[in-house]
Amino acid sequence: MDMILNISGALCLLVGSFLCISGGVGLLRFPDFYTRMHAVGVTDTLGAGMILIGLMFYSPDFLIFSKLVIILLLTLLIGPTTSHVLAKAAMQNNLKPKLQQEDNIKETSSSNY
Amino acid sequence: MKLHTISLFLTLAAFWLLNSGHNTLFILLLGLASILLVLVIVHRMDVVDHESQPLYLTRNIFSYYLWLIKEIIKANIIVVKHIWLGNQSISPTLSRIKMSQKTDMGKVIYANSITLTPGTVAIDLIGDEIIVHALLKKDIDSLLAGEMNRRISLLER
Repeated sequence: MDMILNISGALCLLVGSFLCISGGVGLLRFPDFYTRMHAVGVTDTLGAGMILIGLMFYSPDFLIFSKLVIILLLTLLIGPTTSHVLAKAAMQNNLKPKLQQEDNIKETSSSNY
Repeated sequence: MKLHTISLFLTLAAFWLLNSGHNTLFILLLGLASILLVLVIVHRMDVVDHESQPLYLTRNIFSYYLWLIKEIIKANIIVVKHIWLGNQSISPTLSRIKMSQKTDMGKVIYANSITLTPGTVAIDLIGDEIIVHALLKKDIDSLLAGEMNRRISLLER
């Protein structure tokens, strides 16, 4: 039983670290602000989630387990809020996203910004 | 109102018990006192209502969470794939998406779910439309297909 918990915890931690590294690579690699934010989304949700789930396998008692669950719920609520605020601030300061088709930026932005 | 107060009390009590872990009488009484203090303040602020304690959501929210977790995992795999494939493989798109939610709570859940899913970010909310930036064009297409919208409208009732 201990063996199974150890191995599945290690597996979750490994997957989580890989996702976080991927998010970091995407942050450096993608062309503009908005696409970089999507890369951070990976680190935010499944990267942090898998690491916390991996730590839950190692938690010695129920109290630490429940604290990890609380941290997970908080990250899942705060992550989208901060990325939305960033995106909205960028949009209101007229940072135009690089898009594939240049024409659809007009239809979405002309009336609001 | 009464129901919302009870649910807030239970939430705060659970939060205190899980965070402290000390079960002596003195600490528990301190916990009770601080919970009652919070309840008094919150009542004076008049924020105990269906918006801060959305109890009507609890009927359907868990099946929605399961579905959302599945979607998040799928979207994560796609975004990681495109991170390693590089810039040529992405097609950033900005688009307006109509939503059919009536209540503010439904709109917030929809916008938050869109942002929580990697590859799509909700930028602004205007009336019953939501401006979404997506990493891939087909993310927008799947939002337009309306599966998420339909499921959140189910939650509202």
